[in-house]
Amino acid sequence: MAAPLTLLLIVAVTIRAVLFRSSLAELIPERVEVVSPLNAWKRVVEGLALLDLGVSPYAGDVFHETPLIIYFFHFVIDYAEIVFMVMTRLVGCVFLLQFRKQKYALEAERYPLDCLELIRTPKEMYYIPLKVAMFYLLNPFTILSCVAKSTCGLNNAVIALFILCTVKGSSLMSAIFLALATYQSIYPLTLFAPALLYLLQRLYIPVNWQRSSFWLFTTQYTFMYLGSLCVMVCLSFFLLSSWDFLSSVYGFILSVPDLTPNIGLFWYFFAEMFEHFRLFFICVFQINVFFYTIPLSIKLKEHPIFLIFMQIAIISIFKSYPTVGDIALYMAFLPAWNHLYRFLRNIFLVSVVLLACSALFPVLWHLWIYAGSANSNFYYAITLLFNVAQILLVSDYFYAYLRREHHLTHGLYLKRKDGSEATLVLK
Amino acid sequence: PCHLQDPASISHLVMCYLAGVAWFMGLAFEPFTLRTYMSENAMGSTMVEERFPAGERALATGREFAAHKKKVGGMPVDWLVKTMQSRGLEVFTQSFTRKLPFPDENKERYMVRGTNVYGILRAPRAPRTEALVLSAPCSEGNNNNQAVGLLLGLAQYFRSQIHWAKDIIFLVNEHDLIGMQAWLEGYHHTNTTGGDWSPLQGRGGSIQAALSLELSSDVITSLDLVLEGLNGQLPNLDLANLFYAFCQKIGVLCTIQGKLQRNDWDTTSGYSHAAQTMMLMVLKQASGRPWGDHGLFLRYHIEAASIRGINSFRQYKTDTTTIGRLLEGMYRKLNNLLERLHQSYFFYLMPSLSRFVSIGYYMPAFGLLAVILLLRALDLWVQLGASPPGTEDGVAGGVQVSYGPSSPGVLSILTPVVISHMTGVALYTLPILSQEMAVQHFPVSETEAVVLTAIAIYTAGLALPHNTHRLLQGEGTEEGWRVLKLVALLYLAVLLGCTALINFSLGFILALSLVPIAAFITPHTPKALSAAIMVLLSPGCTLLYCVFVFQELQETPVSLQDGWMLFLSVISQGILDHALYGSLVYPLLALLIYPCWLLLWNILFWK
Repeated sequence: MAAPLTLLLIVAVTIRAVLFRSSLAELIPERVEVVSPLNAWKRVVEGLALLDLGVSPYAGDVFHETPLIIYFFHFVIDYAEIVFMVMTRLVGCVFLLQFRKQKYALEAERYPLDCLELIRTPKEMYYIPLKVAMFYLLNPFTILSCVAKSTCGLNNAVIALFILCTVKGSSLMSAIFLALATYQSIYPLTLFAPALLYLLQRLYIPVNWQRSSFWLFTTQYTFMYLGSLCVMVCLSFFLLSSWDFLSSVYGFILSVPDLTPNIGLFWYFFAEMFEHFRLFFICVFQINVFFYTIPLSIKLKEHPIFLIFMQIAIISIFKSYPTVGDIALYMAFLPAWNHLYRFLRNIFLVSVVLLACSALFPVLWHLWIYAGSANSNFYYAITLLFNVAQILLVSDYFYAYLRREHHLTHGLYLKRKDGSEATLVLK
Repeated sequence: PCHLQDPASISHLVMCYLAGVAWFMGLAFEPFTLRTYMSENAMGSTMVEERFPAGERALATGREFAAHKKKVGGMPVDWLVKTMQSRGLEVFTQSFTRKLPFPDENKERYMVRGTNVYGILRAPRAPRTEALVLSAPCSEGNNNNQAVGLLLGLAQYFRSQIHWAKDIIFLVNEHDLIGMQAWLEGYHHTNTTGGDWSPLQGRGGSIQAALSLELSSDVITSLDLVLEGLNGQLPNLDLANLFYAFCQKIGVLCTIQGKLQRNDWDTTSGYSHAAQTMMLMVLKQASGRPWGDHGLFLRYHIEAASIRGINSFRQYKTDTTTIGRLLEGMYRKLNNLLERLHQSYFFYLMPSLSRFVSIGYYMPAFGLLAVILLLRALDLWVQLGASPPGTEDGVAGGVQVSYGPSSPGVLSILTPVVISHMTGVALYTLPILSQEMAVQHFPVSETEAVVLTAIAIYTAGLALPHNTHRLLQGEGTEEGWRVLKLVALLYLAVLLGCTALINFSLGFILALSLVPIAAFITPHTPKALSAAIMVLLSPGCTLLYCVFVFQELQETPVSLQDGWMLFLSVISQGILDHALYGSLVYPLLALLIYPCWLLLWNILFWK
């Protein structure tokens, strides 16, 4: 395992180093697909300059990072390139570690005999962490995001660490990293439910409202989470001695004032909308991100790791300023679900659409902004298609997962009552 | 979906292809096209009276310009500055030098040094935030003297009028596009191609529209409108409409692609005339080069066209005063613009000056070709065993899927892909890098060296990569080539789709030649025949056919020998266009299309 990993890391670093030195390094950070107003490196530099001048970095409505990030970069600004490389690498390694822990094969005895082909052999399991790391490190989206020095890489690293700690069962570290992720961009809040479910599962505490042990652990975890979140917010306040950052960071994320085109769904919609509907639709759009937590948590309460994947995917599709770096994070999970492959229904269509859209983004941007011959509708059409494909992808995996579970309990070859072959319908 | 060995589905694909071609040919048929109309209100309803009187004086100025040009042996800068100043313009000059990557044998230039002279007529009626440009090139020999004369005449006449709301910039550019490139980059503070020029001392507002005038005789029989710009970009259709409207109003014969409009669309000859006009436009657009000095304006979001005076043997002649009136009218209307031209179409083809085909009508022709690639890809996907055909149900497909990003075959797919692209990179970089070496060792000129190196690398690519995967993998598997073909098909489909969006003509021509081979090539087809067909339909040969067809359509057919020489010069021009103006056709062909074709070549020789 070590040798391929080293090779992988060397390849990944080489690609990034080459790109950092090439002329593309100036072009990529300008692409709206790769950086958003939240995580553009240019804005971090601006914030740092303001900080050095003794002005609040949030003066001037350019900088929207959290105070901890700016102090972090304050110390490592000279090594920014290395930091970004290390961060992506970190995510890769973290992914590598965490999936060793999964244990589908151990439960083989419980299921009917004909399901054996559904259960992964240890040999297949062995390569999954490497594949996950490869999917993350060599994903063009991650590479672009890293070369653009988008701080998205940092957020991904925090989320990856959170998943690692959760999987390892360390509830304190898990809560701290979850708080850090939430502190960075709010949306990871929805990962609270899967983390709690997983930790409960690990401690063999059933999800049962009547059991005091359930309530005890839930309270404990919530307290750790809220406590560390509180510490971080207060720390930020003491660092800058003002509450400016609350409106500049979280207000900016939630009320979406910057309508620069990106690969998300917000910009076009809110650019076209009448002003007096704005508040209402902001609420609708933002609730949309959080809304899926409840039904998904109920449906997938036995499978918290899959739930984490679903939640991360939903966040990266519906968040207010998505970039390709966010997509890379959940795409890295896909090899972990390769046992679902046979149940996927439209993976070909979805991958072709995602591929075509990724190529069309720069083309239509060129036609709109430089050539002036297309307009924003063209670009938004592609954005829409891209997101529809992502949603199809995620729901396809969801369906496949449920279906596999069904087959695990009911046998692979289902018969109708009259003996003919049955087909499953998702309802 | 369809299956490889199923003759019925093959006939479906052939039908699809033929339908695409038929659709395209149908576009020139008049009932299927739309009549052009003025969409921009600011230019439509207002009446303008044209009174330009001084055609004779303009011709005299032109003769004076010619005399000074001859005396100086190039651009008579001092005379132009003095003359423009005496007409009340703010006059500035810009000097530029440019070393071409290799000598341009068509225009006989290598080290280019020149000066642009331009005068600004400041708008008396409005803040100077917008501008219009009228340019005339200072050409070699006796060409275009009348254009410069008319430009100066118009400058003097416009100066006396009070209704100008936009600055008007009168530009005389030396060394045609190189000078224009220098001036535009200077005006917009950009430097995309690494030229060397002095900064501009005076500027007007942001340029809204530009016309480039080419006029080489005292009287003309018709005016030709040239629209095709860099990378196949076209100006807003309203600019063409404006030109057409004024030609109708003033009574000047007007042509596009040098072809007059005909009214007998229902006869065969009428239809073929329209088809020829449209195909000329398609070929010119596909070449991606600027076909007049206006071509570089389009890159800066400025609507521009060239107007070329043609003097043939027709009876009916138009004098310079009339052309002056036509230009006056056009500028008066452009002066009325409240915002940039945006109402009308940017994506269109013109079978005649009064008829056009919009993107919604011509895209299906491309779509019908592209869908073949997607159907083929879907077919391969199904064969690769995601699930057996007919059952959406994963259960019935008991076969474990071994295709995946990390299946053992990944190396055998990656190798040909990487090697094909390396060949592409060699084709892109080596011709210019190795010209000196080639000149030392072979008795050829630099230009020939570049072109012949390009052709040599292109041909060498055919021999090189088709065995490479075996170095690593031993025998290629049946599954291996299917995966490779799937990759190649999707790659080609995305590539052609993106190309067609930016430059429909280029995408369509490439699709015409590449789709058949991409759809039907397998290692099991007869080798010699397939190889011959593939070579005949390769991008290089497509270019050769285009050269012949273009000559044929222009009614100047060439012999095989001349055609070959023309082909060589077209390649050198393409490389020069890329180096000088940033045309994207050469890198597209070398770095993307050619490697893609090599992948298909690889599949044919898969063992």
